[in-house]
Order: sequence, then structure tokens, then C-alpha cells
Amino acid sequence: MNYRMIKYTLGWILLFEALFLLLPTVCALVLSEHVLAAFLWSVAACLAAGLLLVLKKPTSTTLYSREGFLIVSLSWILLSLFGAMPLYISGVTPSYVDALFEIVSGFTTTGASIFPSVEVLPRSILFWRSFTHWVGGMGVLVFILAFLPLSGGQNMHIMKAESPGPSVSKLVPRVRTTALILYALYFVLTLIEFIMLLCGGMTAFEAMLTSFSTAGTGGFGFLNSSIGSFSPYIQIVVTVFMVLFSLNFSSYYLALREKWKDAFNEEIRAFVLIVLFSGVIIALNVRSLFSNLGDAFRHSFFTVSSIISTTGFATADFDLWPSLSKGILVTLMFIGACAGSTGGGIKVSRIIILCKGALRELKLALHPKQIKKISVDARPVEHEVVRSVNSYMICYLLIFVLSFLLISIDGHDLVTCFTSVAATLNNVGPGLSMVGPTQNFSFFSAPSKLILIFDMLAGRLELFPMLLLFSPGTFKKT
Amino acid sequence: MAKITRPKADDTMNIIIVGCGKVGQNLAEQLNEQGHNITVIDSSPVTVKEVSARLDIMGVVGNGATHAIQQEAGIASADLLIAVTGSDELNLLCCLIAKKSHDCQTIARVKHPEYSTDAAYFKDELGLGMVINPEHAAAEEIARVLRFPSAMKIDTFAGGQVELLKFRLPEQSPLVGLAVKDVVSRLHCNVLICTVERGENAYIAKGNLVFEGKDVISLIASPRSAGEFFGKINYKTHSVKDVMVAGGGDTTHYLCEILRHTGIKVKVIEKKAEVCNELCALFPGASIIHGDAGDRDTLLEEGLAATGAFVALTNLDEENILLSLYAKSAGKGKIITKINRFDFDDVVRHLDLDSIIYPKNIASDMIVRFVRAMQNTIGTNVETLYNIIKGKVEASEFIVKQESAITGIPLSQLKFKNNVLIAAILRDRQVIIPRGYDEIRIGDRVVIVSELMPLHDITDVLK
Repeated sequence: MNYRMIKYTLGWILLFEALFLLLPTVCALVLSEHVLAAFLWSVAACLAAGLLLVLKKPTSTTLYSREGFLIVSLSWILLSLFGAMPLYISGVTPSYVDALFEIVSGFTTTGASIFPSVEVLPRSILFWRSFTHWVGGMGVLVFILAFLPLSGGQNMHIMKAESPGPSVSKLVPRVRTTALILYALYFVLTLIEFIMLLCGGMTAFEAMLTSFSTAGTGGFGFLNSSIGSFSPYIQIVVTVFMVLFSLNFSSYYLALREKWKDAFNEEIRAFVLIVLFSGVIIALNVRSLFSNLGDAFRHSFFTVSSIISTTGFATADFDLWPSLSKGILVTLMFIGACAGSTGGGIKVSRIIILCKGALRELKLALHPKQIKKISVDARPVEHEVVRSVNSYMICYLLIFVLSFLLISIDGHDLVTCFTSVAATLNNVGPGLSMVGPTQNFSFFSAPSKLILIFDMLAGRLELFPMLLLFSPGTFKKT
Repeated sequence: MAKITRPKADDTMNIIIVGCGKVGQNLAEQLNEQGHNITVIDSSPVTVKEVSARLDIMGVVGNGATHAIQQEAGIASADLLIAVTGSDELNLLCCLIAKKSHDCQTIARVKHPEYSTDAAYFKDELGLGMVINPEHAAAEEIARVLRFPSAMKIDTFAGGQVELLKFRLPEQSPLVGLAVKDVVSRLHCNVLICTVERGENAYIAKGNLVFEGKDVISLIASPRSAGEFFGKINYKTHSVKDVMVAGGGDTTHYLCEILRHTGIKVKVIEKKAEVCNELCALFPGASIIHGDAGDRDTLLEEGLAATGAFVALTNLDEENILLSLYAKSAGKGKIITKINRFDFDDVVRHLDLDSIIYPKNIASDMIVRFVRAMQNTIGTNVETLYNIIKGKVEASEFIVKQESAITGIPLSQLKFKNNVLIAAILRDRQVIIPRGYDEIRIGDRVVIVSELMPLHDITDVLK
């Protein structure tokens, strides 16, 4: 294990976090808010710790996949620990665990909040919350790979460990160029949304925060009613962009290079079908709750996009909707967005592979000697990918069940326990019942909050980096 | 060799490498380090996965000779396609298809002796940029060493007017204990010491470095000066008279061909009767022995103890090393060892073998040179390029075509970067080993030894 290189990279992460923290600091300075001091202290802490770590350059920059995993999980933990500081120091959260919960929820693009009312929060704190969504959405390490010339080929291990999806590949030969392209696409899409929201009558500050939250598929709002009080135009824009940000980003690159067929791959077709299908059914199901069919469709599609993209914005309190609609929404939480997007969940491509795998087993039961391969996009899926998807699923279920049992100790009702784990592990944000869209997570006990924090990180980093932290073999000398 | 084909302002090129064998991987690594975008194609998914995990490159699995796979690898935006699979025909086909679908430069490795006379046809008629034959290149290098056995390795610049020689200093050489700066004044020879390798370390020779026994020294000189120099330090310089070759593969074939008219007598020991017959028919002047080169008695019987040189060219690296070590102990001749795998270079270096030939490295070095020549900048360009010490020190030859910060000023007044040596200047067929008062003029060919790589322009050596 190359600990020096890990330390060095972590140092850079903290320096970049200091840079990120400068933005809300400037915001606090301009608005002369009382939280300015808290931000300044946090920036200083990041700088000091970061400089201390990067001071000593590692002699060997070799990274193997285990270092990649470790760097990713430790980076995210460190980012959250330092990112929570402004909230705690300024006293907007009662305890450090609450601050940590809020900021982990930000970086992992979950959007679950412990604030009963966000409208009373200082603007710079609101900005920092939403900005963590934007940074966490595409990945902090991808950002650093794009702008910091670290060592050569082994960076792929880092990118693989941070990017969502069963098989991560590069767009162009170099990791660094790939990371740059991804961030460029991300930035341009965010900018377009920002401009479209401005056109809809939002103030620049509101449009910025909403774009950050949509781009990272996070879901932190700045009003207690989330997006509900804005005009239908804004709701539709947000709906469209929630869907756009939950598509695989390499598809945009392929589309730009006019490789339409590769861009509209099986996963994206399946994703669009799922959104359309669920949207229509829910719209018909909730028809009686709204004054006209158009409203029903608008709210239904907004909610469906919000949940499947794992954003977690709300225009209506879907906790009051009929069981069928709630059932569909909870299912969508688990399915999640496309691989290679900023969204969470199990990912559509994994669902496709799992379903095809199950069908294959059925066929094999009838014809035991038949040779059959799972294929996606008319290409056979490598055995290793199928294997990793299967073990991912098992780990996912184990973590889910374990968290669910541990949360139940608090003694809340079953729906609350179940959906709170579903909403955090899938990085959605709101669940149902006591954690519904108009509620918050503050009532959980501190241990439960820590479990949910772990779930959010595990969900964002796709389980394995977090699980490896607890595997005794990881830290063994080799 | 180095023709300027496609001048580019931006020096990053998109390169596709077909075949991920030793040469392919070596190339991918070197070219990637020099900042090019590399995509490799190989039919084995395992190899592609392994290589693209180790290096910052993209991998495509499939047959590189198909248009579809080439398109997937991005032939449309490629500047160069290098085909280095194990099959000559496949390599040629790859290049032809690439050339047809997108007008890019192509390099094919073609190693079978049957095709060796067609190299010019491939280039002129089929439009290939370069045809590379590692075995032939290796044989040429072996022949050079046989003609000048004091050296471990000889590279040539400017069509042979300047030589870069590498040799190991014996313990009792008059050079031992002498400082680099005193070489010229004591020996009155026009040579320039470039690098000194001592154990694990390698240095660009500074004036006050003192030579020690067993140092590996590289120097630059004209062939005549080199001869004088070796004479003065009591080093044998005459060509070997006879050579014993173990193994009768392609390299042996080429070596026989090259040595045919040089007066060096060749004796080949080969196990397979058909190969013996074939060689015998082609090279009546050579004596072909049908026997096992791994057999000690056969070697002794054929005169290993008295032979002028022994060349181990079997297909097994281990056997080559073992045979060479034995030949070293049994005779006094020059020993040349062919090794395919470069991975254990550091171990092999400690074995006290004379000359080691890495055909795969020669091939990839030649291709890297070609690539470097493709990305020339205005005014000057790299003509030839050699690795003196792999990955650390290289020697490059530039032609100065126009005035720049480096021309017309005595060298002593120029501010050079650390670890850069102006090793030789060629002017009007004259080799100048530069001293402080010399200056570089337009039209000169300049050989530069440097630790910093890559040099794209001669002015890169200035601070």
C-alpha cells in the first residue's frame, strides 16, 4: 500500500476543498452575514491540513486498484468532515453529527436534510449546501483528475472507484482528457439550465442553487416548499434537466460526435421507457387530486423524474398520494438513474443485466445444456461484469437489511424506517411517512444518523470503496 | 530514414497500435510518456485489459485488420497506425486498410526473410511510412559489434560519420583514475565522453568525474578518432575473424546475409535438420553444424574456446544467457547475447555479459524515432534518436535549418540546461567535437546528449 501517495492525494483534496469553500465565503462576505467567520475558519483548517499533507512529495506514484478505492473512500470522508465545519461552527446545526449528516447528504447528492425550515438559514450556508451537490455529482476526484496532473495510467483506478456504473470506460485515451470532457459537459448543461431558469423569472441566486441541485441530482432546496411554489415553466425545466442529468454522460459525448446509435443505447432507451410508463400511470392514479389532467401529468412527471434521477425535489406532497403511486415511486428509488450519470440508485444498466441474467437461468432450467450469454446492446456482457453486478446486488441487500434493522431500534414506524434507508442508500433524499417530502431527518438519534451517513456514502461510491474500509485485508502490508 | 511527412503545429498525435505483444506494449508506454494519445487493439481481452489498466491509454478488443474495429479505435482522427502483431500479413493488411479508409501514416512490422527484399516496394508502392524488421535490425547491430568488438553497442549518426559507442572499462585500464576533463589533454584524442554508468547509477559525464574499473562508458567520436582512442587505452579494435552462432532463426539468417562479404567466418549450430539444410543452401560460405547448441561437448568440439566471437541467438532468453555465461568462462572471444524480454534488464546487467541485444527494443526505438521525426517543429527537427541509457539519457541528432537563439554564438557563452551535452557538430563532412569556442551554424548537424526528454527543438536545450 502506497500510503504516502494516498496522503499526498488527500492533501490535494483538502486544498481543493479550501478552494470550493472560498465561494460561500465570498458569498457571506458580500452579504455580510454572521457566518463569515465560520467559513474563514473552515478554509483555514482545510488549507493547513492540506498543506501539511502535500508538503512531502511521495517517492513512488504507483497506484494499484486498492489504493484507488482507499483514496476515494477516504477522500469522501475527509471532504465531509471538513465540509461540515462551517455549519457546526456557525451554530446553524445543534450538533456536529447533524452538520455532518447535512453535508454528507450534500456531497453524496442525496438531499436529505435535518433542517425543519431552510428559509431561516443564511444564504451562504444555502449556497454551500447546494454547491456540495454540484461538486459531489460528477465526483470530486474526477474534478481533481481533470485539473491536477497526477501520475499517469493508474489514475483509472481512482476514476473507476468513484464513477457509478458496472463498467467504467474512458471516452478518450487519456484519463485527464476524459475527466475534462466530462466536467465540460457537466458545466455546459448546468449553465444552460441556469439560463433557462433565469428566463423563467428566478433570481440569479435561486437559479444558481436550483441548477446546482439539479445537476448533481441532489435535491437541496432553499424554500420549504422545494420547487412547488414556482411557475409551471420552471417546474417543467427542472423536470427536463433532472432527466438529462440522469442519463449517461458518455452518451452526450457520443451524440456530439454524431454516433447516434451508440448514444441511444439500451440503458437509455429502458430508462426513458420506465420514466414514461411510470409517469403516465401515476398521473392517471392521482388524477382526482388535481383540478385538471395537465396538472396531474405535470406533478406526476416531476415527481417521477425527481425520484428516478434520485434528485428528491418536490412540487407536491406525494406522501398523500394513493398506494399504487407511492409503490411505484419507492420502486423507482431502487432502480435509480443510468450508469455514468450523476444520479444514484442501483442503476438501470445493472437492473438490465440482472433481469437478463434471471431470464437466462429460466431458459437454462428448460435446456440445461444450452449455451447462452447475456448481451446488452448486441454485445455479450463479460462474465466478470455479470459477476460483479451479482455481488453488488448481494452487498446492496445486506447493507440495506442491516441498516434497516439498526434504524428500527429507534422505534419509528416501518414505512419510515424502510424508506429512510431507501432514500439515503439510493441518494434520493425524501422518503415517505415521517421522512416524507415535507418532513426532515432531524428526529433520528445520533447513532441512526451515523448509519444513514454511512448509507449515503456507500450508495454514492457504489458500496465497495466503503466496504473495503472495513475489510481487514485492505490495510495489510504487501 | 526520418522523412518529414506531416508537419503538425500541435505535437500531440493520435496513434493506434495494433498488437499488444512486447513491442506493442513497449511502444505504447514510450509514446504515451511523450504525450501522445494511444489506442491499442488486440484480439485478447485479457491483454487489452491488463495494458489499459497499467497505462493511460484506451484499449479495443478485436481484429485490428477489420475496418469496423479500426473505426472503433478512432482511425478517422488518427495520425499514425502501427501494426506490430506477430503476423506479417496481418500487419500489412492493417496498414493497407488504414491507409485506404483514412490517409494516415502507417508502420508495419514485417519480419519474415521472404519479405525482406520487398520493404522498398511496401513503402513506395503501397504507401507505408515505415517497414520495420526487428530481427534484421538486431542482426545489423550484431554485425557492427563484430566489426568493432571493443564496444558493447554502436549507434551511428549522420549516415555513419559519427558513432556513439558504449564499452565497459576493464579494471586495469589506463583510464581508471583519470578525470573526464583530462581525457583530451592526456590522450590527444578527439572524443567526447557522454555518460558513465556505475552499478545502478548513470551520470552525464561532468568534467571532474573520475573513471573507475567496470564503468560502462559511452562516447561520441568519428570512427577514426574512436579507433585512435581505443588504441591509446590498449583496447583491441580489430574486427573478429570468426563467429560462432547458437541457433538458426531469422536473426541468424540476416546475420549470415550481412556477414557474407565481410570476411568474417560464420559457424551456425542449429538443432533442426531442415533449418540447417535451408541455411546451407542459402549461404554456402557459412559452416552449418547440425547439433544442439545447448550441449557443452558440441560447443567445445566446434571450437568455442578459440572462436573470436560467440553469439547466442536461440529463441529462449534463459538459454541464451546460460550459453553466453558458459562461453565467457570457456573462451576469450567477444560474447553477444540476444534477449527478448526487457523486464529483467537490471538483473541481466549484473551478469557481466559483453553485449546484449534486445531486438524488441531496437524495433520500438526505431518507431519512436520515426514518430519523433513526424512531429518536427519549424527550423530544426530530430533526425535520429538513440536511448543511451533506457529511459534516462538519450542522444538526438538535429539539423539546424534557420537562425535561432543557439546559432552563431560560442558555446561557452550560451546558458545550457543542466545535464545537456552538445556532443558533436557535423559541418561539411567534418566532425567537430565541440569545445567552448565552437559555435553552431546554419546547416550543421548537431548531436545532443540529454537527460531531459523529449527534445523537440534544438533550442529546448537552452535555459
